Amino acid sequence: MEQLLLLIFLPLVGAIITAFAGKSAKIVSTVFSVVSLVLALVIAGNFIPNASTQFEVNLPWIADLGINFHAGIDGISMLVVLLTNLLVPIIILSSYNHEYKNPAAFYALILFMQCGLLLVFTALDAFLFYIGWEAALIPIYFICAIWGGKDRIRINMKFFVYTIAGSLFMLMGIIYLYLQNPAHNFDIQAFYALNLDSAQQGWIFWAFFIAFAIKMPVFPFHTWQPDTYTAAPTQGTMLLSGIMLKMGIYGVIRWLLPIVPAGVHDWGQIAIILSIIGIVYASLIAFTQKDAKRLVAYSSIAHVGLISAGIFAFNQQGMQGAMVQMLSHGINVVGLFFVLDIIFSRVKTNKIEELGGIAKVAPQLALTFLIIVLGTVALPGTNGFIGEFLLLIGVYNYGIWAAAIAGLTIIFGAVYMLRMYQNVMLGETNSLTITFTDIKGTEKLVLYTICALIIVLGVYPKPILHLTEASVQHLLEQVNQKLNTVN
Amino acid sequence: MNIIITISITAFIVLYAGLFKANKALLPLTVVGLLTALGFTFCAWNGNAVHFGMMQTDNFALAFSGICIIGTLLIFLLTQNYFHAKSDNIAEYYTLILFALAGMIMMVSYKNMAMLFVGLEIMSVSLYILAGIRKKDFASNEASLKYFLMGAFSTGFLLFGITLIYGATGSFDLDKIQAYLVNSQTISPIFYPGVILMMIGLSFKVGAAPFHFWTPDVYEGAPSLITTFMSTVVKTAGFAAFLRLFAGALAPLHDFWVAPLMVIVCLTLFIGNVTALFQKNFKRMLAYSSISHAGYLLFSLIVLTKNSENNVLVYAAAYTFASIIAFAVLILVKQKTGSDSFESFNGLAKRNPLIALCLTVAMLSLAGIPLTAGFIGKYLMFLNVMTEYKTLLVAFAILNALVGFYYYFRVIVAMWFKDGAETELSAPAQYKVVLLVSVAITLILGIYPAIILNLI
Repeated sequence: MEQLLLLIFLPLVGAIITAFAGKSAKIVSTVFSVVSLVLALVIAGNFIPNASTQFEVNLPWIADLGINFHAGIDGISMLVVLLTNLLVPIIILSSYNHEYKNPAAFYALILFMQCGLLLVFTALDAFLFYIGWEAALIPIYFICAIWGGKDRIRINMKFFVYTIAGSLFMLMGIIYLYLQNPAHNFDIQAFYALNLDSAQQGWIFWAFFIAFAIKMPVFPFHTWQPDTYTAAPTQGTMLLSGIMLKMGIYGVIRWLLPIVPAGVHDWGQIAIILSIIGIVYASLIAFTQKDAKRLVAYSSIAHVGLISAGIFAFNQQGMQGAMVQMLSHGINVVGLFFVLDIIFSRVKTNKIEELGGIAKVAPQLALTFLIIVLGTVALPGTNGFIGEFLLLIGVYNYGIWAAAIAGLTIIFGAVYMLRMYQNVMLGETNSLTITFTDIKGTEKLVLYTICALIIVLGVYPKPILHLTEASVQHLLEQVNQKLNTVN
Repeated sequence: MNIIITISITAFIVLYAGLFKANKALLPLTVVGLLTALGFTFCAWNGNAVHFGMMQTDNFALAFSGICIIGTLLIFLLTQNYFHAKSDNIAEYYTLILFALAGMIMMVSYKNMAMLFVGLEIMSVSLYILAGIRKKDFASNEASLKYFLMGAFSTGFLLFGITLIYGATGSFDLDKIQAYLVNSQTISPIFYPGVILMMIGLSFKVGAAPFHFWTPDVYEGAPSLITTFMSTVVKTAGFAAFLRLFAGALAPLHDFWVAPLMVIVCLTLFIGNVTALFQKNFKRMLAYSSISHAGYLLFSLIVLTKNSENNVLVYAAAYTFASIIAFAVLILVKQKTGSDSFESFNGLAKRNPLIALCLTVAMLSLAGIPLTAGFIGKYLMFLNVMTEYKTLLVAFAILNALVGFYYYFRVIVAMWFKDGAETELSAPAQYKVVLLVSVAITLILGIYPAIILNLI
């Protein structure tokens, strides 16, 4: 139990110390994030991969309102906790070639956000979940709005109001569930046990789904995303795409499916249709992008669309695929954004047509970039393959037409990603890229780590599958059982 | 009773100290007096004493008295160098504010409607003078006159309402009025218009729409420190008076007065938020946002539960301390730049990060972001209304809260993301104390609200 509290609050302590660390903030925050990663690995080592919730903490917080500090880790949580604590040090290391103004605030906000994310991923109390949900949003808003690029104020205001609109309606749903709960608390098990009729489940489904759909983002709630990703500083983009969008996916799995299974049964088809529209739509737009960062942003919408479709397909394969793909997508997208950041820091542009021939002058960058791109397009032997394969089986089991359209994501993805790679890295060097220098120092460290992860998880994904299998199975059984009693 | 006596005596001592030009002694005297009054508030806790059938110092009254006294104390600390620059007779300020506070203590603890009227008038008359205390300033005069005319008008409504209720029940006593509502077979037809008239009168005083038209002009015209006082402490006392009557004595008639109240709440939320959105001036924005907060404060009365009163207490506390921060920073910025437009906040984070951070916490609290007191306040309001599943009403309030984010974040954006004049902005020590105390209260109430949840 102490381990979990330490895990959640270590980044917060780190954030406070970093805030006062002045010029050495970079180092201090790196140390804290690495210690957090080690801690997460220790917890993962002690974690027994069955369906139970482990390391549980349940402390009274605001007793009069039935609010407890109730958190714990099961297989599903373990995976996203690992992802978070793995990516944060990578993201901090990736900032070493930048000199941000006021670094103490920058790194403190990253660690503060990590604390909020960990709360979201471990909370077993709906109120705590909501607090974490918002606590992760405030720092990223400031990160993007202070250190971001052109037109950042307007873009981030849109992002902020979008997300908070969704979450306020989710709060309304949470209050409703609380009032329905005879024990008058926010405990997740009590919420699971509620007997709501299908009309109630219907509107609660929408109250939660919109909040999660905005976060992921699922079509048509995605309009904030490309602008925000483009305008944010690279580390902000990585946090948003690598970890934050997993909050939405995790929310669907942890809260939406088990609490309102009948709502999902009635409305899930619309969710799948929206996800699939998103896949095709985002892929088509990605084709036409001239800016590599925007291209990756749209490809992210397409990938998340597939994950979302896999979850709402609601079977073992789809769900397991979503698990693996959450991890893979997090790693790959952070890698992609980092490569683009490296290119931008050298030649001050991410316009695809202005680049070319970088592979000739920077072979190591070209190799690592290639591995990451192949991971993203789900080549067999990379981490992306396992996830997308399972997801497609899941969607296929739901409906063959759905799988046929969703499968386009792999073909489309391969086309626009490889074409982007070709235009950026291959061909002849031009006046801009002739002076390009290869990766060095922390850049090497980060990119080789990411590539190693891509290949290791691609060749040997069993530990990850094993980690989540029991929990996913338990979840599905629980939901199906509840669904049968309702019908 | 001790509380009112202490405050009144302090007021007189301060007045005489002013007569003998002991200007340096004014603030210490006032602080000691207020701390003594605060001590009496704590001592009387759980006492539930009735004083001559006129006032009842139950925990409701004491809790609201406590907030009013602490709020006034913080505002007094902001007077450093403020009044001296404006007038020679600074003892007047101190005395008038203290008299107003004494009136407010009556308003939060009345048991007899005569006391409500007396308390309200003591408070209002002091405020009419305070609003116009910058004698040669046109805006200040306009504020005073507007406030006086509107205030007198609303007092008329209130008195008329009291009279009708007296006519129906034969008593000014709250308990007797409640007993009348519970016991009598038929309620006299003149009772109902009495209730409505009192609601209108009190809505004027707390600045709820559609009786809010005086608020922006008066808040803008009055000296900033007086505006702080009016929009925080005075408002809190007004709501306590509202609550004591409607959630207490008139609770049996809830079905009757909830409909007009709902209209007032919706209008207040909508008008307050939407108009605040279009303000170019920070002070005027705060005036309109105070209207919208009046809407949230009344929100809790739409569904009467055993927690309604406490919810208002939490919200009032959250609102009061956040507003004090906002106004304190406004005063500092205005002294430096001479303007209270949003532009004058540009780049404040560079000029003084501490002040910018405090104001950010205040704005997040007013907007209702988790881990601040403002969120707990809003959450309790929504929870309260959701107990009767009035989802549409809550959805309406949520939409309004979203509008709120825009204008509160405008200040945050100006402070952190825009570049402004690079001149250093320093805060006097007393201002720092006020800012840090208010921020601490805002965060403590936001993270661990259990300490204030079951006070009443």
